[in-house]
Amino acid sequence: MISASSCIIATLISLPLGSVIHFSRFPGKRLLINIIQTLYSVPTVAVGLLVFLFFSRAGPLGGLNLLFTPTLMVLGQVLLITPLMLGLIISALSGVDKFVSETAISLGASRYQASIITIKEARYAVLTAVTMGFGRAISEVGLALMVGGNIRGYTRTLTTAISLETSKGDVELSIALGIILILIALAINVILNRLQQRQS
Amino acid sequence: MDNLVEAIGLSQEYKERYVLRSISLKIPRGEVFALIGPTGSGKTTLLRLLDLLEAPARGKIYFDGIDVTRSRRHGLEARRRMSFVQQKPVVFSTSVYDNVACGLRWRRQRNELVRRRVEEVLELVGMANHKNRKAKTLSGGETQRVAIARALATEPELLFLDEPTANLDPISTSKIEEVLAHVIRQQKTTVVMATHDMSQGQRLASRIGVLIDGEVLQIGSANEIFTSPRSKEVAEFVGIENILAGEIIQKDNNMVTASMDVNGAAIQAISDYAVGEEVYVLIRPEDITLALARSGTSSARNVLEGKIAKIAQVGPIVRVEVDCGFPLLGLITKTSAEELDVAIGKRVYASFKATATRTVKKV
Repeated sequence: MISASSCIIATLISLPLGSVIHFSRFPGKRLLINIIQTLYSVPTVAVGLLVFLFFSRAGPLGGLNLLFTPTLMVLGQVLLITPLMLGLIISALSGVDKFVSETAISLGASRYQASIITIKEARYAVLTAVTMGFGRAISEVGLALMVGGNIRGYTRTLTTAISLETSKGDVELSIALGIILILIALAINVILNRLQQRQS
Repeated sequence: MDNLVEAIGLSQEYKERYVLRSISLKIPRGEVFALIGPTGSGKTTLLRLLDLLEAPARGKIYFDGIDVTRSRRHGLEARRRMSFVQQKPVVFSTSVYDNVACGLRWRRQRNELVRRRVEEVLELVGMANHKNRKAKTLSGGETQRVAIARALATEPELLFLDEPTANLDPISTSKIEEVLAHVIRQQKTTVVMATHDMSQGQRLASRIGVLIDGEVLQIGSANEIFTSPRSKEVAEFVGIENILAGEIIQKDNNMVTASMDVNGAAIQAISDYAVGEEVYVLIRPEDITLALARSGTSSARNVLEGKIAKIAQVGPIVRVEVDCGFPLLGLITKTSAEELDVAIGKRVYASFKATATRTVKKV
């Protein structure tokens, strides 16, 4: 649930932001894209630490009392996966022939309508970006542990549960949870593959 | 005169390199205007400027009397009254129907009207049976027809066609030309088309502009450009292969003929230029007759003696290059080539009438 909501929120941020970055021309655009791509591989614990410092009692946003809540875990994951999705969406849009948006404009589309059709043309690559984001969100453990606190029935996720059970020595339960995690990832990939095959 | 588009002093440059130099053009409503010129002469760029797809470095564009050069709002309004068919059209990865419908949908037309109009234009281009196909699976000629239907669906007042039949086989080409000719007749759309094919321009357009190296060198009817090119470059482009440099040495006012010194040989030609002027004499190779002996009956004022330097057969025509102190190319039929028994080194007489020549000033 946490991964799904962070994935949805990150998509809602990345898609418009990615389109704006792709369609506008400004100095430093190349640099910005490079920075975004560097952030793909930021360690989850680093993002966790940053969020922890901001929202801990002594931190600048400590008064919000959000530490160790699912809300903050979603926020942390959004911070974690947005650069990945943003970068992949930008390259998905660049993968579309530049004549697509130009053709649209020559047929009377406004700039907004032309970006919509470009996103539609890139829909499968965009879908892949979303899958990758979801994959990173569901599989990470460091951030969930640090800002969620692994509270049973509240902020415990599959990954933090696996980590806990393994350190307790309950390897069977860990393996079972691991299998469930893999099955979820598999199910989602199968659905997305189906969608892509229907296209071609 | 009611000009739908007017360009004044349009220039465009990419990275300090001129692509178009100060082009001024008026296209009256209802006209079919063809821009012809070799590849890379700037035809596409000029169409893109006129369609407001890119902004010119200098100059102004008026559409229906309004300056639309750099205004975004007027630009969108003007663009919605035009359509552009690109040289290599891109279809969206949707059905043929949705491709053709998109322009109307962007203009927020009612569904009922969209459906009627899309079916109408698909019928027009002969693609009605393919409306549910995925547009990406179409062949080159079919894609081109869908692109034309898509551009026509919005009933543009001005249609731009960029090399509508380049990269197509002859059968698809004639189909597309048929569709275009039909549309031009039926809808009275104003059309600006770019083509490198002189004969296509002749078939479809009422007026032709020759664009070479980013400059419009001549504008006129197809016949005018074909028979009286005004410069050496235009002459070369329309296939006048004999272009001889020389100087006018004598002028006879009664006959309006001028004698010219071309590499020491005197040629009688019709010319308006004064004695002493440096000119080019243009002679179409098909206007040159070859004979084995100097004929007394011929009315040709120019008879030059020379040796055959090159022979090449192109289909039923034989191209013979005669060295008369300068190369002169003549086209003769295969039959006359056999009668003359043409061979390299053979002495022949090349003749042509003074009226078959044109002169243009050397610049």
